[in-house]
Amino acid sequence: MGKLNLLVVDDEPGIRSGIKRILESFSVSYPFMDEDFDFEVLEAETGEEAIELLDNYMFDIVLLDNKLPGIQGIEVLEYIKQQAIDVIVVMITSYASLDMAVKATKSGAYDFVPKPFTPKELRSCLENIAKQLFLRRMTQKMQQEGKQIRFQFLSVLSHELKSPINAVEGYLKLMQEKRNGENIVDYTDMINRSLTRIQEMRNLILDLLDFTRIESGKKARNIKPLYLCEIARESIDLVQPISIQKDIDIHLNCNEKISYKADKQELEIIFNNLLSNAVKYNKQGGRIDVNLSKEKGFVTVSVADTGIGMEQTDIEKLFEDFVRIKSEQTKHISGTGLGLSIVKKIADLYGASVQVESKPGEGSNFIIRFPIER
Amino acid sequence: MLKIEKKKILLVDDDPDYLFQLSLAIQDMGFEVMTASTQKEAEDIVEKVRPDLAILDLMMENQDTGFILCHIIKNKYPEVPIIIASAVTAETGLLFDVDSEENRQWIKADMFLDKGIRMDQLHKEINKLLKI
Repeated sequence: MGKLNLLVVDDEPGIRSGIKRILESFSVSYPFMDEDFDFEVLEAETGEEAIELLDNYMFDIVLLDNKLPGIQGIEVLEYIKQQAIDVIVVMITSYASLDMAVKATKSGAYDFVPKPFTPKELRSCLENIAKQLFLRRMTQKMQQEGKQIRFQFLSVLSHELKSPINAVEGYLKLMQEKRNGENIVDYTDMINRSLTRIQEMRNLILDLLDFTRIESGKKARNIKPLYLCEIARESIDLVQPISIQKDIDIHLNCNEKISYKADKQELEIIFNNLLSNAVKYNKQGGRIDVNLSKEKGFVTVSVADTGIGMEQTDIEKLFEDFVRIKSEQTKHISGTGLGLSIVKKIADLYGASVQVESKPGEGSNFIIRFPIER
Repeated sequence: MLKIEKKKILLVDDDPDYLFQLSLAIQDMGFEVMTASTQKEAEDIVEKVRPDLAILDLMMENQDTGFILCHIIKNKYPEVPIIIASAVTAETGLLFDVDSEENRQWIKADMFLDKGIRMDQLHKEINKLLKI
């Protein structure tokens, strides 16, 4: 039998004891859960008292009245969010206050129980939560085993691969139906969009190959001293066709003699990704500075652009698999969301740090510091 | 003559091509279409207009943006039917359905659809939800 710890926060003693009574003989069971859950109830009369209890005990569920004598329920909710306390909050509220409900949802309230409620309503609400908690615990267990990550990866991957197929298929069907008439010229947009989507998918598959090779660790690595300037130059040549179109100047500042022991293909992947991003997310007529330097036990590679830049909060998510920063400005830029995640994974292989400096509207600078001794 | 007001359907999807194709198809079915490609845009629309039905993509900015939007819309207009469309289905083991009472309570969408659905099927489902 699993136990769920529940905290009732309400200034009315009647509500508190009522809830206690309702839950005393109540347990939740589902066919797919391998144990039943029952409830251990603690009470708090005020928000202040609730916070104190939350600081000292672990709870699974909080039933929170909004109208309290001191601080309000919504403030307790804010506190829970701020402190990142892992608990499911259900607001006890009158349905009249929609504003409050919206605010509470934004602050992470899971559900609402309108006041007054029947025992049945409360039980069915808690039944759902128990199920939710069970799933959450299962997920945590899976996460520990690394399964969750693979599972998520696969589900996102399937999404990323199917979307272009759906898009192209949709256009082909429109053409089959001759939606725009007999003249092929009237389908130019659809054909171009289809080709773009196919190209994006090809890029994704290429990235994916890099990705799985690094991920599996099976690729034979050929570590030898390499001249970084050469690799940088090759990468610059690769992005040239697009940078010329966007009228972007690329400057390489480096000492020809800088060498580093590494796998050539891996460094190429890093340079190609950083440079192609610097071009893609740059402005028309912008500039890119590639700097290579060697000092104090580190080889530092930095690629700075004068592009759209990004917020600090975006930087934090940047290196996750399939993460793309979505905004009005990036809407029309295609990408797989894997490039930087690959860069990070390779950097990790060398014990290198990846740092991002960025300002919205001004540009971004990606700095990788490779330790020389390792 | 009786003036028949077209039913408004809100489509939210971050894939511009899918959004375009779906809105064409739904206009062909005789509905008025409103589109949004981000959670924010969708929130702005429902702030001003009450759609008669909404079709939401599941994975947009975040993997669960569809659920969040669904929650927001249901809070504001509990009676508006919502379809969540996704390209992710059985092959990943990620399966949702809203056929059981428990699932309906926490997911709060009225229906889940695979994005590969045929348009005539979609039309039927929409009519069912709109009780046409």
